[in-house]
Amino acid sequence: MAFDLFLLEVIVTGLLAGVMYALVALGFVLIFKASGVFNFAQGVMCLFAALTLAGIMEKTGWPAWVAIPLTIGVMIALAWLIERLVLRHLINQDPIILFMATIGLAYVLEGSGDIIWGSDVKVLDIGLPQGAVDWLLDTHNFYIEKLEIFAAVIAAVLVGVLAIFFQKTRIGRALRAVADDHQAALSVGISLRTIWVIVWSVAGIVALVAGVVWGTKSGVQFSLSLIALKALPVLILGGFTSIPGAIVGGLIIGVGEKLAEVYMGPLVGGAVENWFAYMLALAFLLIRPQGLFGEKIIERV
Amino acid sequence: MNFSKAKFAAAILAVAIAAPTAASAYELTLPSLDYRTGPYAPGGIPYANGYHDYFNMLNQRDGGINGVKVNVIACETGYNTKKGVECYEKTKNAGSGALVYMPLSTGITYQLIPKVTADKIPLVTIGYGRTSARNGKVFEYIFNPPATYWDGATVAVKHATDIDGDLKGKKIALVYHNSAYGKEPIRTLEAMAKQRGFELMLLPVDHPGQEQKATWLQIRRNKPDWVFMWGWGVMNQVAIKEASSIRFPMDHFLGIWWSGGENDVLPAGAAADGYKALAFNAVGSDFAVHADITKHVYEKGVAIDQSYAARIGETHYNRGIFAGVLVSEAIKNAMSIHNTKEPTPAQVRDGLEALNITEDKWAELGLAGFTGPVTLSCADHRGSSSIAVQQWDASAKKWNIITDFVAPLDDVTAPLIAADSAAYAAENNITPRDCN
Repeated sequence: MAFDLFLLEVIVTGLLAGVMYALVALGFVLIFKASGVFNFAQGVMCLFAALTLAGIMEKTGWPAWVAIPLTIGVMIALAWLIERLVLRHLINQDPIILFMATIGLAYVLEGSGDIIWGSDVKVLDIGLPQGAVDWLLDTHNFYIEKLEIFAAVIAAVLVGVLAIFFQKTRIGRALRAVADDHQAALSVGISLRTIWVIVWSVAGIVALVAGVVWGTKSGVQFSLSLIALKALPVLILGGFTSIPGAIVGGLIIGVGEKLAEVYMGPLVGGAVENWFAYMLALAFLLIRPQGLFGEKIIERV
Repeated sequence: MNFSKAKFAAAILAVAIAAPTAASAYELTLPSLDYRTGPYAPGGIPYANGYHDYFNMLNQRDGGINGVKVNVIACETGYNTKKGVECYEKTKNAGSGALVYMPLSTGITYQLIPKVTADKIPLVTIGYGRTSARNGKVFEYIFNPPATYWDGATVAVKHATDIDGDLKGKKIALVYHNSAYGKEPIRTLEAMAKQRGFELMLLPVDHPGQEQKATWLQIRRNKPDWVFMWGWGVMNQVAIKEASSIRFPMDHFLGIWWSGGENDVLPAGAAADGYKALAFNAVGSDFAVHADITKHVYEKGVAIDQSYAARIGETHYNRGIFAGVLVSEAIKNAMSIHNTKEPTPAQVRDGLEALNITEDKWAELGLAGFTGPVTLSCADHRGSSSIAVQQWDASAKKWNIITDFVAPLDDVTAPLIAADSAAYAAENNITPRDCN
């Protein structure tokens, strides 16, 4: 009985960890969906956003409700700058060129974050709940983290808002048009530049959410940019263009890797979590190369 | 026209010839393989600042070591082994030639061992690196004072025994960074588990360690009596939070000295209260050296990281000072043994082997009660060792040393060191030198 409860605990913890990965994966999906660019800098954007928030709060002593809108402003300004300095010059280029540009962007952002805010750990406390859910632990000896439940709620809200944004609004539809074909979108009067600023701003805000959750967990520090590595198998599994895919992919990876670590780890010496996620993604690639919810691309030659 | 060109060329030639003479003023060159960027910067920065500040202070206060200026050359490794090796190659001939290396990374240490041995430059690893390098007969240029990871493991077990009594039938979990560093203590802990009858659980955490839920779920299920941690970087902060979340008793959670920095516990806030870590030096800035550093370095505005002024005295910073003292004393020894003001790296090796920093000497250096005596020799490159346990007081935001500085259990590690160094010597065709 106790064993079953432990199994349930592993599964629930896995699901919640999966949501945390999905939060990061969402940013990738947004930009890929709307512009066909795989944004290598998404992980660093999470770091940069969290660093800016923690930095503003630390340097000025302002409360979170002032610092958060300010940080959102910074992320929007950043999106505008990226469009102005990078993307504008690469319209209609191959996706690989845009991808390479985002690699450069990752280095620039990481370096700027370091120069502006320093590379020390910053404590980020905006009042998010932390620690175990006490009554569950006291009454049922069942352990769940409050912060992760909060992350799950945030993720649900984000997915809802984004789904409405993409399906129901004009800008959302324009975003999808741009993703399909830059030139065709331009020819029907969609302003590519505006769209790019909007989508990078939204991705920046999503990066802030992910950065805040992860930064609350471990303190804001440069290892945050590496959580992008956790988002990659999620994306492969869920598909690069699907928001629900990012969530479902996250959940599968989360549960899969926790079960593997807890039950298979002791047999093979442990630390299987990371490669297991990639193995799972690889296995999926063989069966469904476009991921669970991704669009199947058929190119005629 | 031609004449003036010739004059110009002659002038350039003269400058070119004169330049090396001007630049050849001897300086004690100490490359410092720092990491101020990347995921491990929060640990790298305090240590690097301590090391730089100490020599900076000696230069400002005393005009260097015995009047010879010290030139500390920073090279950024980002805690990346490949970059560390690059830094070594780039700096070994810099200035008047590198005298000592300290990479603050076990990964880089392993890569540099064959290189420094070939180049005859001492490699000093303070509380990290390859444990069996203690055998100076085999590892002529590698030093690991004042404590190795195997020593740390024995003191951790000793501390657990002091608190809980006999460990027979008890369970100890080792949560470790899945790297050369984190794996170092396993051998000793396995040997001690056999000797003392406790069960050892091994729980590796992959770099960087941002997500450790599965590890701590296993701890929840298996309920070990103690958790030992060999962590670095974000792994430490996350582990301390997770331990507190699953309500693991923090006074039974003991980290190695690299898991005992202020940056490791502060992000966890009150949750970190009671967490313990090993230490081989005292914390705080109430030492004469710190006052001198403030006066001669920070107040003059010549520190490498001026913004650090309020943080001097942190655990890893003091460890940087510790490293600085060992190197500067070794250089002084080298100068007096070889009667020179311009020691070579090989002579500094002799100086290291002649190190004898007694408690009185520590006091004379402005660090009374900072740590135990450090005495090295040709055969023993770790020398005398003193390790204590420190505990975090979250409300005062302060580490307190809660035990005496005790010696590690050499009877446990000596046979392991003998076996490991003999195997290394056989593998690399090294004939152990005669130290008599």
